Amino acid sequence: MALVVPGVRPVKRRAVRRWGTFTPLILLAPAMLWLTVFFVVPTFSLASQSLQTGDIDNGFVLTWHFQTYAEALGRYWPQFLRSLIYAGSATVITLLVGYPLAWFIAHRSGRFKTMLLVLVIAPFFTNFLIRTLAWQIILTDTGPVTGFFRATGLIHVLQWLGLVTSDALLYSPFAVISGLAYNFLPFMVLPLYTSLERLDLRYLDAAGDLYANGWNTFWKVIWPLSLPGVVSGTLLTFIPAAGDYINSKLLGNTQTVMIGQVIDAQFLRVLDYPTAAALSFILMATIIVMVGLYVRAAGTEELV
Amino acid sequence: MATNREPEFNPQLAAFARSAITRRTALGGLAAVAATGFLAACGTPGKAPTASAGASKTPLSAPDLSDTEKVVNWSNWPQYIDVNDKGKRPTLDAFIKESGIKVKYNEDYNDNDEFFAKVRPLLEAGKDTGRDVWCSTDWMVARLKRLGYIQPLDKANIPNAANLATSLTNVEFDPGRAFSLPWQSGFAGIAYNPKSTGGKAVTTIDQLLHDATLKGKVTLLTEMRDTVGLILMEQGKRLDNFTAEDFAAALQVLSDAKDAGQIKGFTGNDYTKPLASGDTAACVAWTGDVVQLRLDNPSLGFVLPEKGFTLWSDNFVIPAMAQHKKNAEKVINYYYDPKVMAEVAAYVNYIAPVQGVKEVLTKSDPSMANNDLIFPSDATLAKSQVFRGLTAEEETTFTRQFQALVTG
Repeated sequence: MALVVPGVRPVKRRAVRRWGTFTPLILLAPAMLWLTVFFVVPTFSLASQSLQTGDIDNGFVLTWHFQTYAEALGRYWPQFLRSLIYAGSATVITLLVGYPLAWFIAHRSGRFKTMLLVLVIAPFFTNFLIRTLAWQIILTDTGPVTGFFRATGLIHVLQWLGLVTSDALLYSPFAVISGLAYNFLPFMVLPLYTSLERLDLRYLDAAGDLYANGWNTFWKVIWPLSLPGVVSGTLLTFIPAAGDYINSKLLGNTQTVMIGQVIDAQFLRVLDYPTAAALSFILMATIIVMVGLYVRAAGTEELV
Repeated sequence: MATNREPEFNPQLAAFARSAITRRTALGGLAAVAATGFLAACGTPGKAPTASAGASKTPLSAPDLSDTEKVVNWSNWPQYIDVNDKGKRPTLDAFIKESGIKVKYNEDYNDNDEFFAKVRPLLEAGKDTGRDVWCSTDWMVARLKRLGYIQPLDKANIPNAANLATSLTNVEFDPGRAFSLPWQSGFAGIAYNPKSTGGKAVTTIDQLLHDATLKGKVTLLTEMRDTVGLILMEQGKRLDNFTAEDFAAALQVLSDAKDAGQIKGFTGNDYTKPLASGDTAACVAWTGDVVQLRLDNPSLGFVLPEKGFTLWSDNFVIPAMAQHKKNAEKVINYYYDPKVMAEVAAYVNYIAPVQGVKEVLTKSDPSMANNDLIFPSDATLAKSQVFRGLTAEEETTFTRQFQALVTG
């Protein structure tokens, strides 16, 4: 783009003038409409609901009952904290697993590149629920995975870390985090791949010429250049993982409940819509603040 | 993308940015004012926000299109009707052939709460749910009736209703069965997999919640009335007259067991797979499920606790604004024929609420007719209890307490 600017600029100016200031608005309209209908309006309605009081027999009326927020947070802060920890752990795991994988696909896979990329998204051909249920079979008590962990003593390491409570892998924090990491791995790999694929391998030669060892080449050259992929990958993994409730429901126990499960129960079972709405809002605010801090630290430039 | 784009300083742009910020701030202020009005408009007044909360409201009815449109939309629980080897539903197909009424049978009722959450907005707005009949559990019938969301049945169209088992004709939530007729009934008891209990039988709720050999391998039901009901009976209370204190005491027992790590989780119908595989050692389970599981795995144990167990029914109800009420009533009438219900009972293995089914099955399948879980004896029935109807306030409080524990 930058290269063609001198010749093209006058043409562009005229074009802008001819179409007037409305062109960008018209172009933006579909997206704005979409956001208004499916985000802005629901957000307001959710905000309203969180400040209402009442029950299903008498209806809900807006009473600006802000205590709902304090009560919801007071009662469910452990689930909030747990959700953030689980989602954070899953994000770190997907990054550790996804980075070498993305590098391999981008630069070492040769003619298998397309096939490998299809394989990364292949789990999406199956239903989300089925994929998660499959982990019940993978981690079952009599299965080979559990057997391996017991035989090697790794189960004691997990116990020491507090990731399992007994000698079983299923229905534990370990199972929930594994499920989350598995389900969101493609969201990490694909942005990383895009980032790494663009990386000019001649930089590596240059780093070598300047006597950088392997670690320095990675840390000072590859990693900074892949940051856009890392930032978008972590966001795409962390945000949905923090609100997920299927993994903790199917793979967890009564001590691994995440905030999504609480919201689900409040909406569908207790029918306490204000609390459910307040919890959703707190979750949204928490994520916005965390993402804001993260993006600020990582630099907004890296998001592009 | 462009790795070397240095934003150059442009005074005009900067000035514009500043003005934009002030304008944005002003717009933000306006938006906040508008939002306040919008938030206030979002309340849902309910159907009749009057002082008479708790009193039943009158259901709305729509003009009946039954005579012109020969269809009926029926929502039911999954695997809750007879299916043959070809995947067809014989009794339903026979009805369609005989009556000329097309039954659209949807297995989209997975859970009372979820289903209610799905149809509530429509019913509240006085709109048709697109369904003419569905099968709700007792307590949900009570709630639907209280809110005026179901219509009285026209018994003139259901002469076979006379076949209803006498023990079910007068229920607390629907005296005289004006609004509902049972589809199937069942008990909640204790199921266990001897492979995982070390060959030990699990016979009481106390053992289920405290036996160290079962630690971390017990599931209970998210269905509050079954889970808490069983604990209440274990504590010697009766389900038709327990108090709020009794309920709280039962929850305390549950909460202690949970904190001790005894309970793996709370489930719906999905307890069956882990139970069969042994990942769950023992759980609270429904009779029909266990009868079916035992066909594949005869070693599975099922116990109806001596101190009492819950008896529930799922009942036909016709929602407000249903478009094909008469057709729905014809379907109900058809299934209240003992010969038809016997076919269903032989497949789903729950307790059929229709008199004469046992006689039909004694001829065709004697082993089934002798199964105490499908045709319970009077002695068994005497030990079963039905969870009493709750007032709106009790329902809110109890559900909130129970769910706080389940999702704690």
